Amino acid sequence: MTNKDRLRRTMLYVPGSNPGMIADSMIYGADSIMFDLEDSISLKEKDTARHLVYEALKQLDFGEVELVCRVNGLDTPYGERDIEAMVAAGIHVIRLPKTETVQDVKAVEILIEQYEKKYGLETGSIKMMAAVESALGIMNAHEIAHASKRLVGIAIGAEDYVTNLKTTRSASGIELIYARSQLLNAARSAGIAALDTVFSDVEDIENFDNEVRLIKQLGFDGKSVINPRQIPIVHEIFTPTEHEVTHAQAVIEAIKEAEAKGLGVISLKGKMIDKPIVDRAIRIIELKKASR
Amino acid sequence: MNRIHGKMIKPYKGPFDGVGKVTSSLREAIQRADLKDGMTISFHHHFREGDYIINTVMDQIAELGIKNLTIIPSSLGKVHEPLIGHIESGVVREIHTSGLRGKLAEFVSDGKLGTPLIIRSHGGRARAIEAGEVKIDVAFLAAPRSDKMGNASGNGKYTQCGSLGYAIVDAKYADTVILITDDLCDYPNIKPSITQDLVDSVVVLDSIGDPNGIASGATRFTKNPKELKIAEYAANTIMSLPLYKTGFSFQTGSGGSSLAVTRYLKENMKLNDIKASFALGGITQPMVELLEEGFVGCLYDVQSFDLTSTASIAKNENHIEISASQYANPSNKGCMASMLDFVILSALEIDTDFNVNVMTGSDGVIMGASGGHCDTAASAKVTIVVAPLYRGRLATVVEKVTSVITPGNTVDIFVTERGIAVNPRRKDLLEILEKTTLPLVTMDDLLEKVDRLVGKPVPIEFEERIVAKIEYRDGSIIDTIRQRKNTL
Repeated sequence: MTNKDRLRRTMLYVPGSNPGMIADSMIYGADSIMFDLEDSISLKEKDTARHLVYEALKQLDFGEVELVCRVNGLDTPYGERDIEAMVAAGIHVIRLPKTETVQDVKAVEILIEQYEKKYGLETGSIKMMAAVESALGIMNAHEIAHASKRLVGIAIGAEDYVTNLKTTRSASGIELIYARSQLLNAARSAGIAALDTVFSDVEDIENFDNEVRLIKQLGFDGKSVINPRQIPIVHEIFTPTEHEVTHAQAVIEAIKEAEAKGLGVISLKGKMIDKPIVDRAIRIIELKKASR
Repeated sequence: MNRIHGKMIKPYKGPFDGVGKVTSSLREAIQRADLKDGMTISFHHHFREGDYIINTVMDQIAELGIKNLTIIPSSLGKVHEPLIGHIESGVVREIHTSGLRGKLAEFVSDGKLGTPLIIRSHGGRARAIEAGEVKIDVAFLAAPRSDKMGNASGNGKYTQCGSLGYAIVDAKYADTVILITDDLCDYPNIKPSITQDLVDSVVVLDSIGDPNGIASGATRFTKNPKELKIAEYAANTIMSLPLYKTGFSFQTGSGGSSLAVTRYLKENMKLNDIKASFALGGITQPMVELLEEGFVGCLYDVQSFDLTSTASIAKNENHIEISASQYANPSNKGCMASMLDFVILSALEIDTDFNVNVMTGSDGVIMGASGGHCDTAASAKVTIVVAPLYRGRLATVVEKVTSVITPGNTVDIFVTERGIAVNPRRKDLLEILEKTTLPLVTMDDLLEKVDRLVGKPVPIEFEERIVAKIEYRDGSIIDTIRQRKNTL
């Protein structure tokens, strides 16, 4: 199931051409699974991957996890067929690659709606996510984030982006600071999720850990992961501390008490509690629940 | 046979002066042992796939024209494929072993060994030998180092296998013991695994084994996320049970998930200041690390799997060699396995009654080893079997296992990547685990899941002929393996 506000700490990349990985994708506790039909699939496997993901979605029990599919662009012979198959299979979210303009989002939305009708699905039931992977996309991030009611989040794809910038990725991520901040603000202005890019070196736990801490502090909802071993690291970093949980519970208690007494102004230990503090407390409790 | 109370009669030939144990050749040693048609000979499998001894000895025996032998190695590997020739030429008539692999296993599964193979567990083999159910006429025991009197040990100049646990039983109970080494050291070889009072002859060969096949290098922890998931669940299961406290004991197999359990346990032991009293069985590097870092008091080693453990047993006095009998014989006055709290075991198949098969593949062909599986399962207070729900397209969870090695009433918990099933017999464990967040399921749930994933397999067809008998550790026949049907 999916909605705008669900947890998206981790999105596990699964190549659509690998049946073993698809069949096991749900056992690692990722919040979302993203089946890839795009860059990780060679040209000669485009059709088999699409069929495989379609069958998997029809046959397997994925439980409560959010199911996302990265389709090929509409500028390829595969894009529309991918969208049709995924809508027919009842995917939760279709993820657009290399989004640069509002038009990119609109074009996909039209096709989704067309196939929702064809396969008897409620209009708007299938959500979208846009990956921004170029300087143009980053500059248009705000418009992209607001381009469709179907959008539940936008993501940054850093590998293409840094190439476009004429640089490379570094351990500190200094080259991504602008893009990450821009994307995050665009997402928040539209009230949707902001998702960070993959970290490709599975063996480099230390720098992965640092990067997850950085993007959490920036405000991202979560990160795409390419190996199940990265999942517990992200979840641990996103799990609130005991202190944060205790405080959040106290905030919620204080609100309940104030509401019961009909008080307008609420305070906890002498500090005023306003809406942002309450919102934060609710999110911390949700994160804590999810981390169990 | 000229025997009194089961012992071969050796007429008195004057006081033994200790001279002349070292023979000029393997041939001379065999002749001196008076090996005859129809006798029983034994070997150990401490050299695993690096073993040169069985093939060398059998070739020599064949050359001498001796026939109809029963061979009882503690186990056999792919490297022993040349035994096929000796079976076909009538040198070998009967085989008793723990494991069988490769072409030889297929040969036996095809019904080409005249007498059914006898499969015994490590504890069951020691028991059968000590009870006199099998009488070893001549034991051919390779040792990486020996002196001229036969004081033999597991670490030599050219080869290292650490513990000689399986060989110790043979040395004690065989009528004639021929020690074979490639490193004849000065007398005395101190702290031997096999002592001179048990050895008749010492043979020196140029090479007794391939070090690369005997012990693996560094044991690497698995990076397979599925194996890690299973290990994490298994470790969390252990940590949820009251037996997990300072002084607990455990054994793990050498498979990917089993080894990774040790890593997860270690993290938790560190965090909660818990120390184990002993670890048992086949010893690997992760166990040695636990010992060296003070997380376990001592290691009881019947078989050293890698170079870290072969080195450790030689230098660390708390890394202790034990014989197969001390390890797992159910009929002696108390084997170490009976003191185990936890054992982590693997499975090729497990059925809804928790019976485990580690012997035959999904095609019904022999491919594995009984090992200490049923011994430790019967002995440990909590027996945990770990395995993926399926491998490739083959289900691990089945309605009925192809062959039973370990009966389900000795298996307590089955851990897969898709949930943990507790044997309904262990209501006590279930009650505790239900209070945790661990994903508990039933065997029926798992069977349904795997059927949905890989489909229901067509039952394997067998011929009527029995090609192997599986002996349980107490000597009873727990199952048989039938000849595979030739579907060509």
